[in-house]
Amino acid sequence: MGILSILVFLPFVLAVIVLLTPNSKAHLYKWICAIGTGLHLVLTAVMTYMYYQSYAVDRLAAKTSLHTKLYLVEQWSWFKAYDIEYFIGVDGMSVAMMILTSIIIFTGVLASWNLEHRTKEFLAFLLVLVTGVFGVFVSFDLFLFFVFYEVAVLPMYLLIGVWGTGKKEYSAMKLTLMLMAGSALLLAGILAIYTEGGSFNLLELGHHKFPMEMQNWVYPFLFLGFGVLGALFPFHTWSPDGHASAPTAVSMLHAGVLMKLGGYGILRVAMYLFPEGAIQWGMTFLVLATINVVYGSFAAVKQKDLKYFTAYSSVSHCGFIIFGLATLNFVAIKGAVIQMFSHGIMTGLFFSLIGMVYGRTKTRDIPSMGGLMKVMPWLGVSFYIGGLASLGLPSLSGFVAESHIFVGGFMGNPWTSKLTMQALTALATMSIVVTAVYVLRGLAQVFQGEITNPKFELLTDATVTEKLVTGILIFTLFFVGIFPSLMIDLIEGSIWPFVNRF
Amino acid sequence: MNTYGFFLTNIWLILLIPLLSFIIVGLFIGPKNKKLAGIFATTSIFVCAALAYGATFEYLSLFPLGAEHPVIVPWSVQWMPYLENLTATLGIMVDPLSLLLMMIITTVSSMVHLYSIGYMHGDPGYSRFFTVLNLFTLSMLGLVVAPNILQMFVFWELVGASSFFLIGFYYTKASAVAASKKAFIVTRFADLGFLLGILILSYEAYHLFSLEAFAHLSSYNAFDFNFLNHPEVINALSTADGALLTFALVLLFIGAAGKSAMFPLHIWLPDAMEGPTPVSALIHAATMVVAGVYLVGRLFPLFGSSEVALNVVTYVGAFTCVFAAVIACTQNDIKRVLAFSTLSQLGYMMLSLGVASPLHKLGYLASNFHLMTHAFFKALLFLGAGSIIHAVHSNDIWQMGGLRKKLPVTHITFLMATIAIAGIPPFSGFYSKDEILAAALVNNPIVFIIGLFVAALTAFYMFRIYFLSFCGEAKSDGAKQAKESSISMLIPLIFLSVLSVVSGWFPFEKFFLSEALVHNTPSWLPIVASGSGLLGVLLAYLFYFKKTTYANSVKNGFGPLHTVIQNKFYIDAVYLFVVHKIIFRFIAAPIAWIDRHIVDATMDKTAYVTKESGLVLKKIQTGNIHTYTMMFLLGGLVLFLLLLGVGF
Repeated sequence: MGILSILVFLPFVLAVIVLLTPNSKAHLYKWICAIGTGLHLVLTAVMTYMYYQSYAVDRLAAKTSLHTKLYLVEQWSWFKAYDIEYFIGVDGMSVAMMILTSIIIFTGVLASWNLEHRTKEFLAFLLVLVTGVFGVFVSFDLFLFFVFYEVAVLPMYLLIGVWGTGKKEYSAMKLTLMLMAGSALLLAGILAIYTEGGSFNLLELGHHKFPMEMQNWVYPFLFLGFGVLGALFPFHTWSPDGHASAPTAVSMLHAGVLMKLGGYGILRVAMYLFPEGAIQWGMTFLVLATINVVYGSFAAVKQKDLKYFTAYSSVSHCGFIIFGLATLNFVAIKGAVIQMFSHGIMTGLFFSLIGMVYGRTKTRDIPSMGGLMKVMPWLGVSFYIGGLASLGLPSLSGFVAESHIFVGGFMGNPWTSKLTMQALTALATMSIVVTAVYVLRGLAQVFQGEITNPKFELLTDATVTEKLVTGILIFTLFFVGIFPSLMIDLIEGSIWPFVNRF
Repeated sequence: MNTYGFFLTNIWLILLIPLLSFIIVGLFIGPKNKKLAGIFATTSIFVCAALAYGATFEYLSLFPLGAEHPVIVPWSVQWMPYLENLTATLGIMVDPLSLLLMMIITTVSSMVHLYSIGYMHGDPGYSRFFTVLNLFTLSMLGLVVAPNILQMFVFWELVGASSFFLIGFYYTKASAVAASKKAFIVTRFADLGFLLGILILSYEAYHLFSLEAFAHLSSYNAFDFNFLNHPEVINALSTADGALLTFALVLLFIGAAGKSAMFPLHIWLPDAMEGPTPVSALIHAATMVVAGVYLVGRLFPLFGSSEVALNVVTYVGAFTCVFAAVIACTQNDIKRVLAFSTLSQLGYMMLSLGVASPLHKLGYLASNFHLMTHAFFKALLFLGAGSIIHAVHSNDIWQMGGLRKKLPVTHITFLMATIAIAGIPPFSGFYSKDEILAAALVNNPIVFIIGLFVAALTAFYMFRIYFLSFCGEAKSDGAKQAKESSISMLIPLIFLSVLSVVSGWFPFEKFFLSEALVHNTPSWLPIVASGSGLLGVLLAYLFYFKKTTYANSVKNGFGPLHTVIQNKFYIDAVYLFVVHKIIFRFIAAPIAWIDRHIVDATMDKTAYVTKESGLVLKKIQTGNIHTYTMMFLLGGLVLFLLLLGVGF
């Protein structure tokens, strides 16, 4: 059993341990979770180091490679009859995503510290979900991939339905149904791939040349299937309701990591196997992604609920991921992957802060708040840092991602006219202004000015745990923003094969 | 590399010191010891100033005055690699232009830091103020030393963000919050132009690397100023698609116009006066607002290749110059008068760049000369105004009066700055303005006349506030009880007043340009220029010192026009209308509505139809064996009849 399996199943084991702990010992299982996920974070760092050890020799070769090269591989037969394997491994992109997930689950557990209702079950489901997410990032067998994908998506229904707020049943049902519809498309696509390619092994399938007409119809299946999870317009509407109803840690994990599975899947499966399909459909999805970016940001301007506000901002930012992928340009795809990481950390920060503010004010209604900076400077400043990251301020990670996507979008690809590409990119860049408008308006209303409600005078600033949560996330935002070349070096080698296949 | 001395070899310290100081003051000293925070932050900026002057001396000892002044990059590291030849570096570029800016920024910034120790005394946000002030200085230095356009953009945005925090420093005050948002969003809008300009320019430049003719330049990156300003590159870009190049340059100029508050993007600057006065002196007079001028100056060879782009620069500059000066004559808030005056002076710098050309560099030289002199006297004016406000507790010039005796040091220094800005010899403003007018006269007589007219207006509105605040009798209780400020506030005033006089005598041309300029300025120009300034002073004297009724009769004579001007031509109202009534109401609100009531409703309706049809269909499944038999028989019958039909 290699380090990857440990990383994948550690959360699951933790979930079992937590369930076995007696109900009365609330502190015990919280600590188990915190220490366990902390350990997970350390192991992820070790894994990253191990990955670099073996990747270092292939750095140059990666640039011209047509096939993804895996590291830390574990491969066992699972269902002989159908050639299904337990086949896991990582490339740079997976490593980046795993670091992201590790950070988010650790901070997510800490952010749920004060949860009181059925905490044990909540944490257990959360950890199961994380196993699913990790599984997706390391699976290179499509069957296994799909299994993990569903493990990641399904607990969401219970997590929102039971622990949510507001019209939680409606939101939970809506989210699950829409994501399941996406999964149905995926399943159809995966079966088609298996029938034609004769294998579930993604790397072997990579050597198979799928016929043109098949690429043309399977690619959109996969793209839309994953796109639903990636909040692709017009299938994004589960996201605002879902996030608004979900409890803090779930929102963090969902917006932070789960939505990234969409973009990840598009790149890993759809674009890897169907490069010609990607070229054929490039324009269509590029236009949809542009709508995502601009539309999401304008919709955010008008929101009154902090969570809806952040959810629409996520729609806009996730649009950048899809946009970057749809440009089929090396630089922009790199940007899309960085955006997955950056947006994950950023929304993680946003949702955790919303949870902390809501826990104090008992309201998420923006117009009824005001002047909170005076009583909670730490949370206020953290919110502003998150906001600046979201509007793409250099020195924070958002700029690294977005500037890659813009530069890549301008470079374009050989199959689309230069003018169209540049016009669409220019349209997408407009969102940096709109984002500034809604971020500053929203934050100014909540934190600046005089305190509007006398009850707020008595509120307190962040606790130590809360400072730790926000501190870790903010540190990550700055780290990627100030030393972008580390992140770029990590993922660059894994992006080349996708581009070389076009 | 080894030939450089200490200062040039370790030039990166000029970024590292304010960065460390920002972190240390912000995280460690600030929360615990306010007093030390101010002293620490101030000291580190003084060290930066020493580094800047040291680097200049070293540069001049390597490349003496009058000799060629090459561009050198003593320090650079890879920062963000997009692609090969398309990598953003983080570095420091040294040439006379960046040295000049480094000296101006560190000088003014250290004076403002020192001044703030007294001015901000007792403010609850004291250490926060110094933290952000350090961050601002760092950003501004990073901007001017940038060897590539992407690094410039990075620090450009950081300058915007720290300015945002400083304008909104009094965050419980609604007007300050609104002003900070406005400043950030308006400049952000302009930055969109800057960003698109960078994208187009770097895209076009990057593709040159694939040409064989550019193989010898392959060590450069497409973002590098040295590459973009390279004659071969300029030539290739303008012959390949001159219109596109012009378009990109105009986009870049939009970015510059946003930061330098050119019409119609100027609206944020007067409101930015909501920040503490030292901030206005540092950011909105001497440093940040000249970033736009610096951007055009930095890319001057490239701008020079497009006549259209230069014309845009000229006319936008000239218009802002006269437009803001006219408004300045009607404002009653001392800081607002200075703010509009800043706009007008920035207009001078821009128009001066616009009338220059690569062959005729006088305008380019004059613009940067004026940038320097203006930085000193305008920072002084703001700090002086701060001293007045500190004493009188009011911004309204009609509440002041008679301060000459009560604030002697402030009075003398303010007067010197006022003479300097009015362009009266031998004060510094005269020399720089004279050169701008000379450059304009050669290239564009209309712009020259505008410049001359504004020179008179400048003297008029500056002496208007001088006479109203310092002469006559005290017009309010505040003015009667005014006391001179503390020594830490007066030292910067005295130091800057010396610079306001002598900075005009600096051998600027030899320092700034490698080649000698041909001067063919007519001998009557200095006389006319200073004459127009004196005319303005005379008018102000008659209107506001002699207490004649001219001022009121002129005001009444203009009637409605005066009201329009006093309300800044209602441009803010137009913006408000566009943003709230058009963008929010006709774009954002419909999108938010459509998302809920059409896109989302479609999804809900799909689910609803599925559920309802399920409810209908489930009625068929009754579980009743009689019904099933009945259905089976009926179906059989229908099938039989159909087959029969086919058979016949």
